[in-house]
Amino acid sequence: MAFKHNVRQYRGLGPFTVVFFAWLYLPIAVVIFYSFNENRLVSVWSGFSLKWYAEALSNRNLMNAVQTSLSVAAIATICATGIALMAALVLVRGRNVKYRRVSETIVNLPLLLPEIVLSVAVLILFSQVGLANGFLKLVIGHTTFCTPFAFLPIRARLQGMDSDFEDASADLYANRWTTFRRVTLPLIAPGVFAGAMLAFVISMDDFITSNMLNSGGSTTLPVYIFGLIRQGTTPELNAISTLIILVSLIVAALALFIQARGATTNTH
Amino acid sequence: MPCRSDAKLQNWPWTDDRDPGRTGLTRKGTDLETRNKAVEIRQVSKTFGRHQALETVSFDIRDNEFFTLLGPSGCGKTTLLRMIAGFEEPTTGQILLHGQSIQSLPPHRRRVNTVFQNYALFPHMTLEQNIAYGLENLGWEKKRRQDRTAEMLELVHMTAFALRKPAQLSGGQRQRIALARALAPEPEVLLLDEPLSALDLKLRQAMREELRQLQRKTGLTFVFVTHDQEEALDMSDRICVLGDGRIQQIGTPRDIYEDPANRFVANFIGETNFFDVEILSLDDTTARVRTPMGIEMTAGHRNLERGQKEATLSLRPEKIGLDDQAGGEIVTGTVTGVNYLGGFTHYVVRVGEADLRVSRRNAAGRPTTLVEGSKVRLGLQAEAARILGT
Amino acid sequence: MKDFRFWGLLPAHLLMMCTLIVPILIIIAVSVSTRGAYGGFEFEFSTDAYRQILFNEGWSGEMEFNPQYLFIIARTAVLAGLATLICMVLAFPVAYWITLQSAQMRTLLLFMVTLPFWVSMIVRVYAWLIILGNDGVIESALRATGLVEDMDTLLFNNGAMLVGMVYSYIPLMILPVYASIEKLDRALIEASHDLYGSRMTTLRRVILPLCWPGLGAGAILVFVPCLGTVLEPILLGGGKIMMMGNLIQMQFGGARNWPFGAAIAITLMCLVMGVLIVNGLRAMRQAQLKAESI
Repeated sequence: MAFKHNVRQYRGLGPFTVVFFAWLYLPIAVVIFYSFNENRLVSVWSGFSLKWYAEALSNRNLMNAVQTSLSVAAIATICATGIALMAALVLVRGRNVKYRRVSETIVNLPLLLPEIVLSVAVLILFSQVGLANGFLKLVIGHTTFCTPFAFLPIRARLQGMDSDFEDASADLYANRWTTFRRVTLPLIAPGVFAGAMLAFVISMDDFITSNMLNSGGSTTLPVYIFGLIRQGTTPELNAISTLIILVSLIVAALALFIQARGATTNTH
Repeated sequence: MPCRSDAKLQNWPWTDDRDPGRTGLTRKGTDLETRNKAVEIRQVSKTFGRHQALETVSFDIRDNEFFTLLGPSGCGKTTLLRMIAGFEEPTTGQILLHGQSIQSLPPHRRRVNTVFQNYALFPHMTLEQNIAYGLENLGWEKKRRQDRTAEMLELVHMTAFALRKPAQLSGGQRQRIALARALAPEPEVLLLDEPLSALDLKLRQAMREELRQLQRKTGLTFVFVTHDQEEALDMSDRICVLGDGRIQQIGTPRDIYEDPANRFVANFIGETNFFDVEILSLDDTTARVRTPMGIEMTAGHRNLERGQKEATLSLRPEKIGLDDQAGGEIVTGTVTGVNYLGGFTHYVVRVGEADLRVSRRNAAGRPTTLVEGSKVRLGLQAEAARILGT
Repeated sequence: MKDFRFWGLLPAHLLMMCTLIVPILIIIAVSVSTRGAYGGFEFEFSTDAYRQILFNEGWSGEMEFNPQYLFIIARTAVLAGLATLICMVLAFPVAYWITLQSAQMRTLLLFMVTLPFWVSMIVRVYAWLIILGNDGVIESALRATGLVEDMDTLLFNNGAMLVGMVYSYIPLMILPVYASIEKLDRALIEASHDLYGSRMTTLRRVILPLCWPGLGAGAILVFVPCLGTVLEPILLGGGKIMMMGNLIQMQFGGARNWPFGAAIAITLMCLVMGVLIVNGLRAMRQAQLKAESI
């Protein structure tokens, strides 16, 4: 970069990027900073305190919402990943699959629609079917929009994996199930993991559908936080947000780490 | 793809000790013609959609044979190999393995093993696990599996690497492990899909020798696919030349080089001079033709039919005698090009209306006096020339 | 169990059929139904819901043209378009700069771009509430410096919503743009300079044209979710400035006019489908041009 005539270099890009990243991280930093504020008023600093964390962690409703969110996300992730894995195996590896393009579009349909439309769709569906169990409604709704997020990384990994490995396995006397269990699955594991991770995060993060399906006893974390925000900004909200940010960052770092390790096992 | 649970492994005749009468390892034939047929290709053709990859072909591969499928890319040779392995289904015809049709068998029930072009070593398993994989699927018990795996590692001189992963190996080492993995389950036939093409030149030449020795040592039938004619000539007992989805010729390396069946084979294997010639007279094995060099020649032919007027004369550059080595029909010409290639020198000589490429070994003490414009004598020997149908 | 091609796809198809395709057909049916007396709807054909988008029913039942919902639809499209444009302008220089860095640095920076995306959407929007809100960070800071005594809130306007939308979706723009710049052969840039092109000429005539596919992909990824966005108008727009997302949501919540909500949802869906189809056609034409040029 010291070379004066580097033709790819444009002036001002560096500072611009620095400002951009500052802008990207400023809101997060602000939330974290004010979560340690002792004052009841969010933006009036009056000293360091952890009391809002104590308050947040002893908040029954919050913990219930966390539990609901985790349960819904876990079940929806398992269902979505399983469904997506099977679909990807057929759509990538199957020979002479009829209507392959149409099938793929159907699996990815939730990505093509605005989520608000999707949430109205499931709301009307449940009202017509007469399903009253709020938890089950959430699980079904979340499974629907998580499926394409699980599908895409799995498909990408399968497409990147040479089918010679499966041929070699069959050549070495493994039947289709053994081949899947001992060759295909271990080799696409990073993709499956990434897909599941994405599905889990998307489910945990979802507000629109969960809010639409919200009923007593099935309030997810984002819906609960939304309710708190409507009551006004409080330092406790900052503490909750900071905890969420912390967990998100740990999960993201973990995902990246595992992804990076997966990338070292070359499948070409 | 997970689908069928497969409980039939127990009834598999080969999971027990090998029947010595059935395998290539213990059967030593002397003459190709009297050996048993390892693979029979009967009226097999393959069509992908509208594209015909392989026209109807039939031939046999015999036991203990190093059999090569040679041809340019897209000639159908890999398709043929994959049909033997079971990864593709013939559109018509059938394939027999030691006299039994394997048409209905999926790849994992066929007693053939493949060395893949890029080896397809499972990256998540150690070398040991890779080699043992087939044995496990065959239901070999642990002790026997371990012994066989060790034996195979020994065979390819890789014992020290048993616990490594494929990513830690060089190309040549991967190649050896791929061989060991394919040989371990004692297949009836070993299929090799351009296994040397991923290696660099020096290594390729070393591996050629190693492969040939391995085949002799195990006595196994090798079916080898390559587009490299030198490789094929060097290693094979017999070569099947494929082109345009058709068999062009099957024969020993010498047959194919010295007595090519048609223009395609003569052109694909080695270098040659082609001349359009006029047929003057013809009998069953030889023909007299008028050449553009202004002389008449008599040479052997294949497949020429009576009444045919035109044909192609093929003359290998190294079989044309130059200057003091000239013998047979003598013509004179002018050197119009000289290419020095180290071990050889190639000359282009203008004779009458024709340009001839002639190559001469740069032997010790032979002065290189020929330059562009030199007049030179050429000896065209009838037995080195072939007349081919056009 | 004979054909995995059938069984493997069955769960996915069944799920999407039951939870999406059939319900969307129901939405269409609901949008042409009559509003129920106590919320919900009754299956009785009526185009009231669609007429309500354009007309207001007066006291005596006469219809008068009322553009308020058209304004909402237009505002949604314009804001989404603006957000997309801003994302492009911000993302391109940043993505370009990242491609100039060392391999390790690139991985790190891309990770940093995606990191906020992992943080819950509601927390990210909430953060802007703290920054822009009454007695928020910006206001407090300005007051502390003595520049202003009192100021109008920075919230509850189009600008606040725009900031929120850009902030929420910009990683979706950076990643495809980065990928397209990364793919760009550096020899092409050098060739442009070799042929006497200045930096600006090179940018305009070589770099940007070759990065259009990436910018286009990013634009779709940002524009579509922006059209249906709900949180930004409710929280940063204060629920007073409507966009289609929260308008729909209201009809199924407080206002309980399901047929009208369904009609707006169908309108939104058609808008999105229109964008995707236009994009698909363009991609197809490009592929065709490419095929013809070979």
